[in-house]
Amino acid sequence: MSDPVLPLGSASFDGLVEVREIGPQGMITLRGDLSAPEVIAAVTDLAGLEMPGLRGANTAGDTGLLWMSPDELLLLVPYRQAPAAVDRLTAALDGQHVLIVNVSDMRALFQLRGTQLRDVLAKLAPVDFAPEALPAGELRRTRFAQVAAGVWLLDDTTARVFCFRSVAGYMFSLLSTVADPDSQVGFHVK
Amino acid sequence: MLTFECPCCGAHADETELHAGGEAHIKRFGPGASDDDFEGYLFTRENPKGVHFERWRHVNGCGKWFHAARCTMTMEVFGTYPAQTFQPPKDLLDKITEKRPGWSWRDLS
Amino acid sequence: MSIRLATGGRLIDRNSTVKFTFNGKSMTGADGDTLASALLANDQMLVGRSFKYHRPRGIVASGAEEPNALVNLGQGAHHEPNQRATTTELFPNLIATSQNHWPSLEYDIGALNGFFARYLTAGFYYKTFMQPRAFWKHVYEPFIRQSAGLGKAPDPETRDPDIYEHFYAFVDVLVVGGGVAGLQAARAAGESGAKVLVLEQTAFWGGRAPVDGGEIDGLSPDDWIKKTVQALEAMPNVTLRTRNMGAGVYDHGYVLGYERLTDHLANTRGPRHRLWRIRARQVIAATGAIERPISFAGNDVPGVMLASAARDYLINFGIAVGRKTVVVTNNDDAYRTAIALKKAGQDVPVVIDAREFGGGALMQEAKALGIRVETGRAIAKVKGGKRVTGVALCAMAGGGAMVEEIACDAVAMSGGWSPVVHLWSHCGGKLTWDDEQSFFRPDSSKAPTGADGQAFVVCAGAADGHMHLRYVLQDADLKGKGVAVSLGCDRPQTTLPTAPDSVETPLMPVWLMPANAWDDLRMKAWLDFQNDVKVSDVQLAAREGYESVEHTKRYTTLGMATDQGKLSNINGLATLAASLGEDIPNVGTTTFRPPYTPISMGAIAGEARGEIFQPLRKTPLHDWHEANGAHWEPVGHWRRPYCFLRDGEDVEQAVHREVLATRNSLGLLDASTLGKIIVKGPDAGRFLDMLYTNMMSTLKPGKCRYGLMCSENGFLSDDGVVARIDEDTFLCHTTTGGADRIHAHMEEWLQTEWWDWQVYTANVTEQYAQVAVVGPNARKLLEKLGGMDVGKETLPFMGWVDGTLAGFPVRVYRISFSGELSYEIAVPAHLGRAFWDKVLEAGAEWDATPYGTEALHIMRAEKGFIMIGDETDGTIIPQDLGLHWAISKKKDDYLGKRAQARSHMTDPERWQLVGLETLDGSVLPDGAYAVAPGNNANGQRNTQGRVTSTYHSPTLGKGIAMGLVRHGPDRMDEVITFIGDDGETEHKARIVNPVFFDPEGEKQNV
Repeated sequence: MSDPVLPLGSASFDGLVEVREIGPQGMITLRGDLSAPEVIAAVTDLAGLEMPGLRGANTAGDTGLLWMSPDELLLLVPYRQAPAAVDRLTAALDGQHVLIVNVSDMRALFQLRGTQLRDVLAKLAPVDFAPEALPAGELRRTRFAQVAAGVWLLDDTTARVFCFRSVAGYMFSLLSTVADPDSQVGFHVK
Repeated sequence: MLTFECPCCGAHADETELHAGGEAHIKRFGPGASDDDFEGYLFTRENPKGVHFERWRHVNGCGKWFHAARCTMTMEVFGTYPAQTFQPPKDLLDKITEKRPGWSWRDLS
Repeated sequence: MSIRLATGGRLIDRNSTVKFTFNGKSMTGADGDTLASALLANDQMLVGRSFKYHRPRGIVASGAEEPNALVNLGQGAHHEPNQRATTTELFPNLIATSQNHWPSLEYDIGALNGFFARYLTAGFYYKTFMQPRAFWKHVYEPFIRQSAGLGKAPDPETRDPDIYEHFYAFVDVLVVGGGVAGLQAARAAGESGAKVLVLEQTAFWGGRAPVDGGEIDGLSPDDWIKKTVQALEAMPNVTLRTRNMGAGVYDHGYVLGYERLTDHLANTRGPRHRLWRIRARQVIAATGAIERPISFAGNDVPGVMLASAARDYLINFGIAVGRKTVVVTNNDDAYRTAIALKKAGQDVPVVIDAREFGGGALMQEAKALGIRVETGRAIAKVKGGKRVTGVALCAMAGGGAMVEEIACDAVAMSGGWSPVVHLWSHCGGKLTWDDEQSFFRPDSSKAPTGADGQAFVVCAGAADGHMHLRYVLQDADLKGKGVAVSLGCDRPQTTLPTAPDSVETPLMPVWLMPANAWDDLRMKAWLDFQNDVKVSDVQLAAREGYESVEHTKRYTTLGMATDQGKLSNINGLATLAASLGEDIPNVGTTTFRPPYTPISMGAIAGEARGEIFQPLRKTPLHDWHEANGAHWEPVGHWRRPYCFLRDGEDVEQAVHREVLATRNSLGLLDASTLGKIIVKGPDAGRFLDMLYTNMMSTLKPGKCRYGLMCSENGFLSDDGVVARIDEDTFLCHTTTGGADRIHAHMEEWLQTEWWDWQVYTANVTEQYAQVAVVGPNARKLLEKLGGMDVGKETLPFMGWVDGTLAGFPVRVYRISFSGELSYEIAVPAHLGRAFWDKVLEAGAEWDATPYGTEALHIMRAEKGFIMIGDETDGTIIPQDLGLHWAISKKKDDYLGKRAQARSHMTDPERWQLVGLETLDGSVLPDGAYAVAPGNNANGQRNTQGRVTSTYHSPTLGKGIAMGLVRHGPDRMDEVITFIGDDGETEHKARIVNPVFFDPEGEKQNV
């Protein structure tokens, strides 16, 4: 079988922040009752991470648990392990009303890194990117300009942004445009 | 440009992250319903000057529908609540009464 | 004449020289100049022609309120019309030209309009161009278009080369205005720990205070400003931005800030403008006040200027606007201008004070400097054409009888001040008339309210009607602290800055000068400089019955120019009130609309231009298509190949080649854009039975079924093939444009109506690349790829199976939208391109031919398959399309069922789907209507049908079409007439069965 090919072939741009297409990232959508002990046990057991609370993003490397909505989790797993992880979850939650599906190819994932991070993000989304409003480890689903996107910070200078695969090129152009080295704002970072 | 707190994910959502869904608490009439009932269900909507109940979807967000009680004159938002209900919550109705004594909307007051 | 003095000018660098051109003439200015101050330094008094009468006009103001000095800036792609010279910072090699004249600024043909001014009164256009109606298109409109407009529109072939961006900022307190009030309010709020953002529209902090003078905490205003800005800069919770105008205030604390980043620089990189999209919990509008002109004859002659502007040019830029400047006023403040000019060594022949007893201390100070003061007097008229040569002095009380002519080359006028209440008003704040000071000020009991129902805007300082430094600072401090407390912060402990008390004699309202000016004087007394509206126009409107200020505004165009009447509004309202015999507050005000001053279209668009004007959705195979001649078709935000052009082919040839290759051997289609939604749960079948008109719950795992979805209105909304994956799980295919919409539709019903049903959905459209392998050799190709059994028994028509092909994990659906043997193969998107390459390589022996959407459309039409968006348009029910077979009779309910029982929906007169063939094999025009005998109530021919899809069928070698025709299915073989695009040409077509090709389905069931 061929190797997976990212939408933009690992594109990158260096400006106010470094923008890099990363992946492939294994992703599994789980819809179900997130308060059910069986569900919590299954996903935390699989990921080796704490169950995230409201809008939480608990991640470590390419493993993670993202709280997408009151009845939806996005599980991050290594790309090649996704099919097996789906099987494992499905088996663990046999008899439960859940939907578990491998969506590892459905999105594009970008990493943004740099001290200007919050100012760059604030050019695209109607979201308060102040540290107290969006601390590391919290997922914000929103829009970036004209497309749906999700963003969470790993630390104060690193963020991950995802969007649907078909608009990967649009997202990368957006991020590169607003990370133009001559467009520093000086709001979140004086 | 309005803002609402999504009662499903807690985010302070900007109007551009939301999809407006018209009036809330409309009862569906299906096959067998009278012409009048069906017409009311499909076409008749409130257009109040003042207190209004409406539906919004947090489409660029958690994807959930929620309801909002809002004043169409001042844009004051009295509150938001999840869509899985036939009635606005009692504490919200009380709050509206406190702020807009004598208000009414459909069979609510 | 205006000149640069040897000394003075707090904002300019006298050691610098900045070259620029105005109307091609080389001039020099200094660093720190505005274009207006630089023009005045070069004695360029005449800067433009007025809108209607083409009167010579000069600079009136020194800031955003300037009505006259609008120029074209830049050249070529950088050309921008209607830029205010007073807010344009000078930079090296700036190129400006004046507007609204031909052939030149000095000699303008349009000035002839001035001679006909008596006929070009208010409502002239309404009165003149109404009749005869036929004249409008060929006479009036071209004439008006020729003479309308101020600046020159940019060349339509040029593209704005600059970049722009947006920035979303969330703050506790937004302070608009960086004068002393704004700075003090910001400081007070900032001390509380609140997050504060301060916007100042100019490049400098401090506003007017340094020009107006005084003392704050024992310091000069300049020193106090410097100290305060330093203190604010040191506060981590405060952000200060200059060249950033608070443009508009909207619901829920939304405020736009218009930041001009590079307009003042010659060579630039980075964004030109940045639009700040701010959410503020509280807004403090410290926007100051604007001086009012006085309405006297000739108040628009170049050289007549606001007294405050004359003072600004003197103190900020070291410019004397005249060597002999007459000051005319109804208040004490204008004496500051006379005193400053005199102290700078300039001649002030007279101060004309309309008040019978003149002013107070400032008047005494002027007199002590030897300035002549005439009280109870007025200007009857200004002498001069392209520049002021003198004024005629008269009694204020009379009609304008001249008592003396006084030679001068400039007039500084002051009719009092008006608070800048625009931002307060934008979101519903109400105003109250302050009789003592003769202006509208914010009514704090009727403030704009936010999401919580509480006031979220306060005005501070002069914007709230406090006109003296001491009270400006007191008010700003109070407002800053009050806002902090309202946000739940501790009351800040800042100390109130002190300024000496000053007592001024009250102004006397002067709405017309002299009070009973004769007709010919009123016809030359301007209210609105930019739209050329005079006192006589408003008086005429009142006589003609216009009582509402909103109507008068539209009739006379008062205040409707790009400056939104910043100078003219109050004088205009007062004139209307006087004409109607009403009090000013009874006449009311017009509504201020954002933006405060015009902002660039680029700033509004932000980053959305060029490649990222809108999102473009690409399938995993997009790059292959791009490299192989794809002729693109937009489908929603997707780009799909319409066809693939090979060397020398035109589009039609390519489409025909693709159809024939597919029908005869093997075609390949990128079907990745089709929506794919998983629906899972114990109630999934029940749910789909409600969504589709068909029965989906009876579908067996491993099988597919074509289904129709309707809205509750009964209208056909989407279609597609549903595959049952297992007992609890279905996969629903939607149209290309329908994926997001149908997923939202499902979620809406699940979340808001049937929330007790156990169903989850997931939109997995983009997880897969989907390739349709179509044609008689399709099975051979799959067998060659190898890895799974795709034989007739294992994978019959309308079946699906998981497996591997050529080592790729695939799901294969045996479905057909072409009538051919056909498989749709889904592979993970990241592997899509590799799979496509493999299929092409393996298919070469059968000439595997990628085809586009047009070949797809033709093949489906040959088979009589409907297409959502062609045969449907939001008014079509499935029954119209002969799809009764897809509507379950067994179900009690489905979305749209009740609506389809409404009388109009069951009306046998509804047009029904049929096939259409022209008698000569030609192609019917798309969308053409079939005519019926007689005319309708509008005199148009009656209709009995229309074409919904029409193509040349390469398979059949003739035109084929589908259409909706009244009683169509009952009229087989009848010939009806369609009318072409030109409205005349007749096309005869025979009604036939819509299935043109292989009606028995022999090709797909092999």
